[in-house]
Amino acid sequence: MQKVMLLGDEAIAQGAIDAGISGIYAYPGTPSTEITEYVEHSREAKEKNIRAFWAANEKTAVEGAIGMAYAGKRTMACMKHVGLNVAADAFINSAITGTNGGMIVVSADDPSMHSSQNEQDSRFYGKFSLLPILEPTNQQEAYDMVHYGFELSERYHLPVLMRITTRLAHSRSGVVRSASREQNPVKLPEDLRQYVLLPALARKRYKSLLAAQNDLIEEGEKSPFNKYIDGADKKLGIITFGIAFNYLMENYPDRVVPYPVLKVSQYPAPRRMIEKLCKECDEIIVFEEGAPMIEELLRGYLNNSLKIKGRLDGTLPRDGELNPNMVGAALGLTIAETVEMPAIVVGRPPSLCSGCSHIDTYIALNEAMLPYGKGRVFADIGCYTLGALAPYDAINSCVDMGASITMAKGAADAGLRPSVGVIGDSTFTHSGMTGLLDAINDNTPMTVVILDNSITAMTGGQKSAATGKVKEICLGLGIDPEHCHIIKPLRKNHEENVAIFKKEIEYEGVSVIIPTRECIVSLDKRMREKHKEKKAAE
Amino acid sequence: MKKDIILGGVGGQGILSIAAVIGYASINMGWYIKQAEVHGMSQRGGDVQSNLRISDQEIYSDLIPQGKADLIIAVEPMESLRYLPLLAPDGWLITNSEPFVNIPNYPDLEKIHAEIRSFPRHVLVEADKMAKEINAAKSANMVILGASSPFIGIEFDKLESAIRAIFGKKGDTVIQNNLNALNLGREFALKNM
Repeated sequence: MQKVMLLGDEAIAQGAIDAGISGIYAYPGTPSTEITEYVEHSREAKEKNIRAFWAANEKTAVEGAIGMAYAGKRTMACMKHVGLNVAADAFINSAITGTNGGMIVVSADDPSMHSSQNEQDSRFYGKFSLLPILEPTNQQEAYDMVHYGFELSERYHLPVLMRITTRLAHSRSGVVRSASREQNPVKLPEDLRQYVLLPALARKRYKSLLAAQNDLIEEGEKSPFNKYIDGADKKLGIITFGIAFNYLMENYPDRVVPYPVLKVSQYPAPRRMIEKLCKECDEIIVFEEGAPMIEELLRGYLNNSLKIKGRLDGTLPRDGELNPNMVGAALGLTIAETVEMPAIVVGRPPSLCSGCSHIDTYIALNEAMLPYGKGRVFADIGCYTLGALAPYDAINSCVDMGASITMAKGAADAGLRPSVGVIGDSTFTHSGMTGLLDAINDNTPMTVVILDNSITAMTGGQKSAATGKVKEICLGLGIDPEHCHIIKPLRKNHEENVAIFKKEIEYEGVSVIIPTRECIVSLDKRMREKHKEKKAAE
Repeated sequence: MKKDIILGGVGGQGILSIAAVIGYASINMGWYIKQAEVHGMSQRGGDVQSNLRISDQEIYSDLIPQGKADLIIAVEPMESLRYLPLLAPDGWLITNSEPFVNIPNYPDLEKIHAEIRSFPRHVLVEADKMAKEINAAKSANMVILGASSPFIGIEFDKLESAIRAIFGKKGDTVIQNNLNALNLGREFALKNM
């Protein structure tokens, strides 16, 4: 079969289409976005009537998937690593309910924080919830593992976690597709109480989850994705997890590693294989893309007698993603000498696009806040986080989705005046609405600025759940209509907008200002498509 | 045969169109390919690069090791210098000479050009100007690809076929503009390398 060039994300999406999913649920987040985007734009998926849905947040996405799997269908939910925090309640309890149709949750981690606020390792969630984890090494494995993962999920009636990292998510390679499978028919769970997690029933379910653990370890032992590759020199044994295997092989151009290598891509990690390696070799080196999760387990709390090298003893950096050079250096190989970057090169940080509505909003907000001094604006996650940088220097926080509003409330409760929250429209419906309800119920003296550009912009322009509804939502939550304004952030409206900001910042209650103007990138895209359609019609 | 290529530029400049042509040609020859891209926050006007690896043998790492890249192909001159630590001792630097200035502290362009010229194996091409001269302003990236073509290790006609396939839907004018730009860049490189 002909190879198709796919991003790691796209390989997962194509795998899901071919493995017979009936729906995919997601909230956009780098580096996971392209999975659901691919299904959304796939003609094949459309023909097969596969649902591709941008949910309000990751929790509602996972819950949608649990429901679809309840009805017997195969389904996938996708998010970035921090999105799994939002979805954790649903995800962890889905391990207790188990599943009926096959269910895979994909969490895309971002070690080195290319586009994220932390580099948490999603594998801990798999271990925490006692579910199997698949961690593909390359694009082909990513594709194959989706087929395999759904079979595993349906065999054990458990959701499966697939963990990928940025370098696989956003790297293209040739992928060979396998035969596609029909979708499952709608079929109720055999036990209609399976999903009723009343304590007495949940205890039973939990025991059966625990009872499955030994079998899941056995699955890891015989998994086609876990391999023990023998080597003659037993002075060292190497364990790689996920894409770390690639960086190891890169250091041996003839592809022969002199030491025994254990390649792990399925968890629970294969205990017997690890035991064999540790018995045979004098020393073990562990390469994990992410946190030293298995390294810590091997080392034991009290540092057992095994000689282990990895991220915890300084052989490898404790943080950040791996690369071929780090792995080579850890193995004592010579790294090519190279020239330095010339001193003339300066940094080029990302910036708000020319013509972006956030620019006009920040200029107006800065002017209104000038008399009070810096340090009073709590912001959130999106393009507008770039308002923290020069020349705006307009915001003072970016913690987690929705925290702008609730942090502004806490600070106002502490006596900070004024206290302002800045949040985007999509982030508002993701996790901001509940915080605003808190503030309204408590009549907190604070101002919330909801930047409505009618799209989820930072991740490349996905549909925002908030579009056309922001003001109505605020009114529904009980905001005083006198203190809820839509403004148009344009240079010509500057004076008028500053006056509204000033007035509401002084108000001793909750006020909401909604600067509303379409994202310039999405406007440009829309206009170009319109032009194309017009041309085609002529 | 193996070529490791760093593509450099600024978010929004379309370095991936160059990668797409090389990638298409490689796949058609039955080669292996890996192409790591930058998505997300940096795309908003920040520096972006792509690690493009092509080989007749299986490729493992998505990232090119330090000091191992055969080529740097850049659509912006300062960005071409950013990735020098990745370039092999006998590697080539091919870059557009015209800057993309979206930062207040952009260095003196003459000094940037001088730094590039001080590098022994370079091609500094006025891609935007050359593309405009043949009424193909949008094809500047193909001028740069053309200027890189003597070093990529793929026969020139295979790159031409790739352009025909990739731009096929956009009509004959677009295809011809891109092919002209590609040829112009190649001639320039062959005269100036």
